Amino acid sequence: MSTIDQPELAPDARPSRSFARAVDDIRQGLTQRELWSHLAWQDIKQRYRRSVIGPLWITISMAVTSIGLGVVYGLLFGNPIEYQLPYVTTGFIVWSFISGSLTEGMDTFISNEGLIKHLPAPLSVYALRTVWRQTLMFFHNVLIYVVVLAIFFRYLDKPYTMNGSVCGPHNAAMCHPGLSWSWFLAVPGLLVLALNALWLALLFGIISTRYRDIPQVINSLINLLFYMTPIVWSPDSLLTSDRHGWAKIIFDLNPLYHFVQIVRAPLTGQQLSPASWYVVGGITIAGWALALVVMRNYRARVSYWV
Amino acid sequence: MVSIDVWNASVDFPIFDAKTRSLKKTVLGKVGGKIGTEQRVPIIEALHDVTMSLREGDRVGLVGHNGAGKSTLLRLLSGIYEPTRGQASIVGKIAPVFDLGVGMDPEISGLENIIIRGLYLGMTRKQMEKRTDEIAEFTELGDYLQMPLRTYSTGMRVRLALGVVTSIDPEILILDEGIGAVDAAFLDKARNRLNDLVKRSGILVFASHSDEFLMELCDTGLWMEEGRIRRQGSLREVITGYKGRDPYENMSVEALERLGVAPVLSTGSEET
Repeated sequence: MSTIDQPELAPDARPSRSFARAVDDIRQGLTQRELWSHLAWQDIKQRYRRSVIGPLWITISMAVTSIGLGVVYGLLFGNPIEYQLPYVTTGFIVWSFISGSLTEGMDTFISNEGLIKHLPAPLSVYALRTVWRQTLMFFHNVLIYVVVLAIFFRYLDKPYTMNGSVCGPHNAAMCHPGLSWSWFLAVPGLLVLALNALWLALLFGIISTRYRDIPQVINSLINLLFYMTPIVWSPDSLLTSDRHGWAKIIFDLNPLYHFVQIVRAPLTGQQLSPASWYVVGGITIAGWALALVVMRNYRARVSYWV
Repeated sequence: MVSIDVWNASVDFPIFDAKTRSLKKTVLGKVGGKIGTEQRVPIIEALHDVTMSLREGDRVGLVGHNGAGKSTLLRLLSGIYEPTRGQASIVGKIAPVFDLGVGMDPEISGLENIIIRGLYLGMTRKQMEKRTDEIAEFTELGDYLQMPLRTYSTGMRVRLALGVVTSIDPEILILDEGIGAVDAAFLDKARNRLNDLVKRSGILVFASHSDEFLMELCDTGLWMEEGRIRRQGSLREVITGYKGRDPYENMSVEALERLGVAPVLSTGSEET
């Protein structure tokens, strides 16, 4: 017959608040790939269950919105459709990944309350579920990019400007190099985007679980951020007159612009300032550092807070 | 080596109401200085200074009144709650079963649910695919497994959940009461599987109000009261202390036979 021992000495337990435990959480989360990838895919199937075309609705609704916006803003700015439409659709697809990661990332732990209270899984599993779901949606939307690119490829494979004027020394700032091998830079761009979505979900997920007002704040700002970031409009439109020179600051200081840019620019053959990569790199490092600190201090508290 | 070590562990729950949970109070509260309101978040102390050490082969039955901290203790032992004070170290693959319905999706088929539920309990997809036939046979659901879970009756859902739970190979098995809620006929069948599962697992911690179930699966008892360990020792002693009577006393003859206790023994203990 067994008995429950009463040990005289404290066991050699690792302290709850340590970076080792935080990193361990993320590492173990990554090894449970089967669980989070399955859950993320389930989430998407769930949303379109019993509809005839299923997850293809993601693609369709995105296509309708982005093509509509592309046409309207093309007319508004007087930009030819062959340049404006690929620009808007690509930007919008990238944006929806970013905004989805932001809004759903904050809800990561709140929406998984039931599971967190019943299973001893690493927290990062739920963050990975959210990010992977967004990634899957992104891949559904990439279909639109492929179609749009196929249609407008002959306009984009050589130097162009957004307003259709001929490239020359007088408008060098607005001149884009056109599609080239740099297209492949979109792949690391997307990876970095996903890497950022992960720290975002971990950091904001924990903060939002404790302070339930944070998601509301972000939700009320997300539409503003969409219009502040050059997605439906091109920064080139601001460069045409000197009067608007100051406006460049608005998007140069907007980190979201740089995140969109590292994927959109290579995909549409636009010029990509190395500054965008510096900004994104800096934010990635700072964000992960911050997320790790929060994970270290509050990882174990999440199951108490949800 | 499978083990659970808990040392002076306490679990305190912060209770955020709608007001304290928002930033408003924290931010605005700082502006006007203290207005005599309680700044701290109220706390429920669910567990106090719990110390225990479980090793391979331990079969612990947990008893106590509602709100005594049984479920919180189970969650502490599963690693879901890390102690707010004290330490806890858990080594081994844990399978906690608090709620048979958790992780079940009503919109997908029974078969898919088997896989998902298995993934939650730490199995891989391949391992679960190997077990689906055996689970299908045990649950007697047949072709129904192809149907979405929402078409199932409550009893059928319990069968499915029980089928999955009893098919896994956990190192540490943590069971909360829910298991008892199965119809009697099926329970006889489930009992053998549950016993097998317990034999396969390294450590068992089981919270229940059923003496019969406890006596069948466990040998050590732990009595929780107001978040503290009131008493621990052999299960029979602990239950006797907790309920004020010997657990064998009120059991049916069949139950006693199954436990391998002669009915005479129960009348004998009545006198003591």
